[in-house]
Order: sequence, then structure tokens, then C-alpha cells
Amino acid sequence: MLFHLAIKNLIGAGIRTWLNVFVTAVSFFMIIFTSGMYDGMRSHAKQVTIDTEVAGGAYWHPKYDPLDPFSYEDAHGIPPKEIHELIQSNDAFSVLVSQASIYPNGRMMPVMMKGIEPNQSIINLPTQSLLTHTDDLIPVLIGSGMAKYTQLKVGDTFAIRWLDANRTYDADEGVIVAIMETENFKVDMGTIWIPLDRAQTMLDMEKEATYITFSKKSATIQNKENWIYRDVNYLMRDMEAMIKADEPGAQIMYMILLALAGMGIFNSQILSIFRRRKEIGTLMALGMTRSRVVTLFTLEGGMNAFFALIMTLILGGPVFIYFALYGIPLPIDYSEMGLIVAKRLIPVYTMGLFVSTTLFIAFVVLVLSYLPSRRIAKMKPTDALRGKIN
Amino acid sequence: MSNNKVVEIQKLLKQFPVGGDFFTALSDINFELEKAEFTGLVGPSGSGKTTLLNIIGGLDSPTKGTINVLGMELGSASHNERAFLRKTKMGFIFQSYNLLPVYTVFENVELPLILNKVESKERKRLVTQAVEWVGLSDKIDSRPAQLSGGECQRTAIARAIVHEPALILADEPTANLDAKNSHQIMNIMVRLNKELNTSFIFATHDEKIMAYLRRIVHLEDGQIVKDEIIENPEMGAI
Repeated sequence: MLFHLAIKNLIGAGIRTWLNVFVTAVSFFMIIFTSGMYDGMRSHAKQVTIDTEVAGGAYWHPKYDPLDPFSYEDAHGIPPKEIHELIQSNDAFSVLVSQASIYPNGRMMPVMMKGIEPNQSIINLPTQSLLTHTDDLIPVLIGSGMAKYTQLKVGDTFAIRWLDANRTYDADEGVIVAIMETENFKVDMGTIWIPLDRAQTMLDMEKEATYITFSKKSATIQNKENWIYRDVNYLMRDMEAMIKADEPGAQIMYMILLALAGMGIFNSQILSIFRRRKEIGTLMALGMTRSRVVTLFTLEGGMNAFFALIMTLILGGPVFIYFALYGIPLPIDYSEMGLIVAKRLIPVYTMGLFVSTTLFIAFVVLVLSYLPSRRIAKMKPTDALRGKIN
Repeated sequence: MSNNKVVEIQKLLKQFPVGGDFFTALSDINFELEKAEFTGLVGPSGSGKTTLLNIIGGLDSPTKGTINVLGMELGSASHNERAFLRKTKMGFIFQSYNLLPVYTVFENVELPLILNKVESKERKRLVTQAVEWVGLSDKIDSRPAQLSGGECQRTAIARAIVHEPALILADEPTANLDAKNSHQIMNIMVRLNKELNTSFIFATHDEKIMAYLRRIVHLEDGQIVKDEIIENPEMGAI
């Protein structure tokens, strides 16, 4: 019965109802849209990181700490037999990491020099370009961000200086054989990629590696000696932490949008009770109990959320679908800020997102509808009939 | 209380707090109303007639005294019990009609039946009958904004009678109407009173209404000063 009356009242209130519903629908849309953007960003960053860096996981040399460049000079060794077999069967590849300095255009710049097997196909980096014939020059692959920063182009040569296994500094000339476009700043900024065998010779670390990246389909090995197994979750944790650190911003936005919708509903409920106090008195005179009147008004407010959801689906649905298919072009290159963000961001809308957002907003709207409606419970029917409100 | 007694009030006192003091709206009210009476509470503005009507309707509570309406002792009844009594056995007619603006005539009249959980088909039958009674069949789908004052009040009457209550309380029902509409409205109510045996209590100071009343209770400064029976009301016959 109350449901029937609430629908009648809402529809009968005309433009007032639809304005409220519209404001709530805008909040619904923005909350789902921004959450979808964040989910899309996270999913894209994860995908890119796995695709270009992490693959199925890695075995690290026990002394390797990627966050401590001083660990690199000791973090190398010949991989255990079982890991070596993985490499032989093309299910893994070695990377030898060392510190180096490069001198592009006469400037000195510290870099991380990574030797990688050019024929690997486990991660999506154009390492085949390292097979380019360069006479005696060291073939170097860099990312577009690094190229921009160092102002290096394909064919440019520059000096590279490194410390070998014997603690001896050595230097040679490198040449840019390719510049790769990548969204993963971690394989781009501050990194130069050279062929593994060349790196091993330069560093005097024959057959040695710092870490071994294995493919997603390769089985875990039993005897890894003291090399440390790192799974995808471990290798992704920095990126996850970075996205998580950005979440409060999204949550603040979320709260602001919700507060806007909430204020609209709260205000409309207060106004509604003020304007409709005679109606409240009449309903009481006709025999409706105070609690039923409170429920009726709360229900009316709550149904705003339902109508808003329908409006969001009708008006916002095509927009969601469009962006999910074609993405959103981003005006800035976020890789310079140390973020893995696509140039065209594809939001991800899941059923969970829709359900959780709907339930959350419906709950907030119900509470916000109930709070002002409680005033009715304190109202005397005679005062309400006279249009008086306490 | 005998079966024929609809209202029985004894030594009723009603005071309202005003500032730090109390204003006495009604004092020492003793009043009885038999079934099918057509009674008016008459008096100047501020004499307490609306207050008395509200107390009889269970919309307000007495400060002291006993009041029994349709078998329920209102002084000790809870809000919900009083609401139940109003819903099932009472009808209200207000000076400013108090129709719900977003509802049509049909929906306004249907409201008491919805509250009484009457089944949909039966609701339709009873609403159609009540609307016919007040002569508004052609306006059944109109909203209050599309009706004249007289039509609004006739809708309010239909709403008050649709669930066939034992008692109808009317607070200045003709105050906003012209003479022609006032007489029309009163004729409808006299007819209802005679055909359905519904008891009526009016709060009024409109002389046009007084001409229809068969009993007039005069109130002054919150007290009953005269209770007269009119054997042959001027306009009572239909």
C-alpha cells in the first residue's frame, strides 16, 4: 500500500521529483564512471606490467634488490641447473643488471644497464632489434621516454661506462638501434637494454644473470638453490601500492559526489515535509499512523535512488558502452609522472561495481530520506492540519 | 455507554501551554451524541469548537476528563489505537478540503479504502458509488486544481463517506464556499445522514449550516453555554 502511494506521490510531484532523480543519477553516473576509470587504469597497468616486464614471475639472485642500485654489483651468478633448463627450453630468459653511466650529447647520466636475451619472446619488448649489426658498437634499445629525456635518436652514438666483475671501470661506444614505445615507465626511464651475451662479456660475468623471468605457462621448479622465487603478486606489489596510494583521491571525489546527491535529497525531503505538512495532517486524520507516514516519506526518498538508477542506465548506459568500447583519450603522457597509464584509457565496468554502487547509494539515500522524515513522528496532527511545523 | 451513544464526554478540560502559563481552551464540557444525530458546535472564533472536534476525532488529547467515542476511551488510547478508530469508523471534512493535490478525485476518495486494505475491485465499486452520491462522476479523473471549491468539498465529502463511517466530523465545511455551493453540500450531508444513519458533528459559525442542524451546541470561551434541539430545522427536509 505505501509503495503504491509513494509511487503516486513521486510521479505526481512532477518536475521536483525528476530534478532530484536527475541529480542522484548524475552522482550515480560519476561514481560508476570514476570507479570504472580506476578499475580500468589498474587493470591496464597490471596488464602492461605483466606483458612487458613480469610475465609469469621471476627467480632472483639472492643478493638482488631492485630498489638498491648498490646491490647490483654483487647480485649476479650462474643460474641453477633447473632454471638453466627453463632458459634452454625458451620458457625463461636471463637479465643481467648493472649500474652504468652514459654520456649522451656530452652530459653524464647514471642508468641501469640491462642485458637481455634478444631472441626472447616472453615479454613484449622489441629485443630482436638488438640483433642489428652495429660493427663493434654496443647495440642499445631504449624507450621513447628515455629517448626524449636524453635527446637520443636511432643511430646516435654515445659513451657507456661500467664497472665490471673485477671492480674495474671500462667504457665503450653504444649506438641506439631502436626506440620502443611503451607505457611501462619501469622498462623505459633510466634504463638501457643491450644484448645479454654482450653484457656478460662487458661485465666479465660469463653465463651469469641477475634474475630470470619465466613465462606464464612454465611450471615451478623444485631445485632453485638459493635463488628467490618471486610470483606475479610480489612483482606487482609496487604498482598496486602506487594505485592504492591514489585511491584516497578517488574516494574523496566519490564522497563529494555522494554528498552532493545526499544534500539534494535531504533538502528535498525537508522541503517536501514543510510543503506537505497539511497532507501529513490529512493522512493522520484519515487514520494513517505516524510511523506509516514516516515510512511513506522515507520510501518516497528511497525510490529516488531506484529511479536514479534507471535514469543512469538509460542516459548513461550508452556513454558507458561507448567508453568501454573506444576508451577515453588522455591529454597528458602520464608515464613521465611514473604512472603506467594508457594513452587511451578503457574503463572497466563490472557487475560488482554496479551492484556495490547501487546498494551503497540506495543505503545512503534511505538514511538521508529517513532522517528528515523523523520530524513527522514528533508532529501533532492538529498542528500539521493547520500547516504548522515544529 | 449505550449502543446508540456515539460520543460521551464528561468533565472535559483542555489546556494549552502558552509561555510559562496555560491557556484553557475547553473546560467542564459534558456532551453526548446519539447515533444519526446532525449536530453543530456553534460559537464565535476562539470558542473552542475546533478543539472539541479535534478531541472527539482523536487528533488531540484532553488534559482532564473522560471522552468515549464509538466505544473507545480516547484519553487512555494510544496514537495507533486512535488512528485505527479514525481509519475505520470516522470521516473528516475540512474547511480547506485537504485533498491531496497530486491525486485525482478517484484517488483521493480511494485513499481511506486503501488505508483500510479494501480489495481493489471493491474499492473501485465503493469509490464510484461515493462519487455518484456527491454528483462528481464526470470529474472522477480530475485533479483538485481542476475543480471548483464546491467540487473540491464534494470530493472531500465522498472521501469522508466512502468507507461508511459511523461518525463524520466537519470543521467549517462551507466556510470557503458561496451560498449555492454551501446549500448543495449541506443537502448532500443531510441525505447521507438520513439514508446511512451517519452521525455528523459540525464546527461552524455559518448561519447557512445552522439552518440544517437538528441540534446546536453553543460554545463560548471554551464552555457549553446552551444545548438546543431543533425539532423542525429550516432546511432539514430534502
